[in-house]
Amino acid sequence: MRGVSFSLQAGRCLAIVGGSGSGKSVTSRAIVGLAGRRAHVHARQLTFAGTDLTTLNDRSWRRVRGKEIGFVLQDALVALDPLRQVGKEIGEALRLHGAVASSEELERRVVALLELVGVPEAEIKARQLPHQLSGGQRQRALIAAALALDPRILIADEPTTALDVTVQAQVLGLLEETKVRGKALLLISHDLAVVSRIADEVLVMHEGKVVERGSADQVFQDPQHPYTRQLLDAVPSARPRASRHSFLPAARPKLQSRSWEQLPSTFPSVVLSAAKLVKRFKGPDGVLRTAVDGVSFELRSGETLGVVGESGSGKSTMARMALALDLPDEGAVLFQGRAWTTLAERDRRARRRAISVIYQDPLSSFDPRWSVGHIISDSLASDVESKGERYDRVVQLLDLVGLSPALLDRRPLELSGGQRQRVAIARAIAPRPAVIVCDEPVSALDVLIQAQVLDLLTDLKAHLNISYIFISHDLGVVRQLSDRVMVMRQGCVVETGTRDEIFLNPRTDYTQRLLAAVPRLERGGAANRSFSRV
Amino acid sequence: MRINSAAHVRVGSFAGRFLSAATVVWLAATFTFLVQCLMPGDRAQIIINIASGNVGEAPPAELAAVNAKYGFDQPLVLQYAKYLWGVLHGDLGLSYQQHRPVIDIIAEQIGPTVILASTALIAAWVIAVLTTVLVAGRDNMWSTLLSGVQVFLATVPPYWLATILLVVFAVQLRIFPVIGGNSLIGLVLPTIALALELSGFLGQVVRSEFTRVLEQPFVMSARARGMGELGVRFRHVLRHAALPGITLSGWAIGKLLSGAILIEAVFARQGLGGVLVAATSSRDVPVVSGAILISAGLFAVTSMLVDLTYRIVDPRIKMT
Repeated sequence: MRGVSFSLQAGRCLAIVGGSGSGKSVTSRAIVGLAGRRAHVHARQLTFAGTDLTTLNDRSWRRVRGKEIGFVLQDALVALDPLRQVGKEIGEALRLHGAVASSEELERRVVALLELVGVPEAEIKARQLPHQLSGGQRQRALIAAALALDPRILIADEPTTALDVTVQAQVLGLLEETKVRGKALLLISHDLAVVSRIADEVLVMHEGKVVERGSADQVFQDPQHPYTRQLLDAVPSARPRASRHSFLPAARPKLQSRSWEQLPSTFPSVVLSAAKLVKRFKGPDGVLRTAVDGVSFELRSGETLGVVGESGSGKSTMARMALALDLPDEGAVLFQGRAWTTLAERDRRARRRAISVIYQDPLSSFDPRWSVGHIISDSLASDVESKGERYDRVVQLLDLVGLSPALLDRRPLELSGGQRQRVAIARAIAPRPAVIVCDEPVSALDVLIQAQVLDLLTDLKAHLNISYIFISHDLGVVRQLSDRVMVMRQGCVVETGTRDEIFLNPRTDYTQRLLAAVPRLERGGAANRSFSRV
Repeated sequence: MRINSAAHVRVGSFAGRFLSAATVVWLAATFTFLVQCLMPGDRAQIIINIASGNVGEAPPAELAAVNAKYGFDQPLVLQYAKYLWGVLHGDLGLSYQQHRPVIDIIAEQIGPTVILASTALIAAWVIAVLTTVLVAGRDNMWSTLLSGVQVFLATVPPYWLATILLVVFAVQLRIFPVIGGNSLIGLVLPTIALALELSGFLGQVVRSEFTRVLEQPFVMSARARGMGELGVRFRHVLRHAALPGITLSGWAIGKLLSGAILIEAVFARQGLGGVLVAATSSRDVPVVSGAILISAGLFAVTSMLVDLTYRIVDPRIKMT
């Protein structure tokens, strides 16, 4: 990053936005002097309440960190020490800066802090380890740790990225509240919908430089820089999107070639159906927990069934049963009109190619030593015999997902996040499946790449007559892609309906609440918004 | 209800650990028993030869008498049962050579060996931890030098190191006694000789994990709270980095026990080493078997301790 300048004011929120690799996080770390040993920070001026921070030595820096500036990192599971009790982490700043006289007082302050950020059963949670808390509780605990000494500045780096919508809304409410209490808030995010909710001022970064700055109203209503416009346009909000972001042309002539002859379309025949699925798991305490409780659905040929719900609602378990990776304790899945989950694995194996899967994190689903060509070729239908034919097919598949054949010899680690997900898609369509299960396929991508991947999935569906089960906690994404939507909660189906029924006319309270929690791109500006206290 | 079931799981897991440790010892006992019975050469003949100093065939009457005395004429199953029964009661048989209970011979000598192995383990940890915490993850000459020294220590044979230490510090500089006996000052050189190799191994494992953990987000969190470098290293990073070292310690204890025997020979220390060497050369099988059995028991116990320590350091581990 270079040439970045801004100022923070008490009671105001400055947001730095940009895609991954734009230099947002490095900027925030440079402010607390923790950009890393290999980073060189040059600042003409870095002052905090009149103190010039560039001249501080290590000891004086430590007095500023934690006490005057609180820092909240992304993903609390790794930002809290996994071996220490949550309460110890929160109390650390208090102890370090000598703010408490006794261990009883420390304990009392820690519990009070956890209560302040709205963690239930604070006394119990303080004695638990980070992995024993839910995602939202962890993030709250991390914020509590940053707020421990009531610092004047709070820096939050992607504080809601790993959270589902309802929890995200709660955490944003908490940040909003600290702003109202008169703290200066520096918010780092790639999610403009999140930013638009609480930011007063916005700084847009691209490739280490500030490309646009201004009040939130200005930036969201009248974006000047093309990159800002692109970012705004890519937000999958609960409104239909006008433009495409894919580099792919809408129609692909190659798709008509012999090898990609379309399967006879039999829409609306049912390709996969699940009846009263039940799955229970034994928890670490030995107690049986029902992850999926009586879920039934039908997936028709050429259709996208969106599945939404908070984390822990049983979405992924349901998906694993559709793939017959987990077998249901009760109920059964029929695939292509025939038995599926009730078969022996040996009988299922031949038909496994007709149903593929795309995961959230393709990196962990690839063998890191395999090349892209090897990965895709491995999934090709077994009727492709000759080496030359396999090669042609792999190149064709790469082309189909918008990747150059030059990537054939790359390893997964040498690809960008978007490229990896395209390779994962190529691998999923290689055996010409009838159904693809997409489990949070774009959650790990930044908005621009996300929009491109979603466009690609839409194109492929139209051309290859694939049905998708599309799982996401992001309602905007689900709305964009789905024909029908299934809302899940605590292992049960709350509501099923067409996309418009669910999004325009939700019948249940839960769906309404879920929709209300989605952070929308608010173009009205922070000044016009009322602060909802949590 | 939930708490009860969790406690139940915990108790069950300890019982399981104990059972597996007991199995190890039982297998070792069976092995040593089979070695005694199935070794080439008639046992009665060996006993007579050790006692008389003669080499050659003993008269059948004499053999029969010895066979009857030691019960070698009984069926193998009965002998095995008697042997196991004896082991359970602390009776490891009689030494062929000294005609005394093996358990007494080992009991006299095991103390110094265990002390040497334990002090060496502690010393290795102290060296590994101190050098790691002070030097690891810093881009300077010391860090490079340290990793070089660790590789060197990990590859050098301890008895060679022991000899060098003995010559330099005891013979030339006369800081430590050449033959220390059981005194505290006499323990210093053997401990260092035995610990240095292990400290090299441990140091490498702990240092690489330490360097990795230093880059973790929660370390950044701690720094952002205003924690200083030493605080971060001791309070957060060391705990994580120690985990692979603790795992390694289980293996290390076995290695230290066998290493101690050589070191004892170099420093002419009292210990299991001398007994084992003498017993092996004179084919005093009960003593060798007893030593093997005791080592297996020690190993099983320390493995349980290592396991327990790991669970204390990493509370995420659920009893399984």
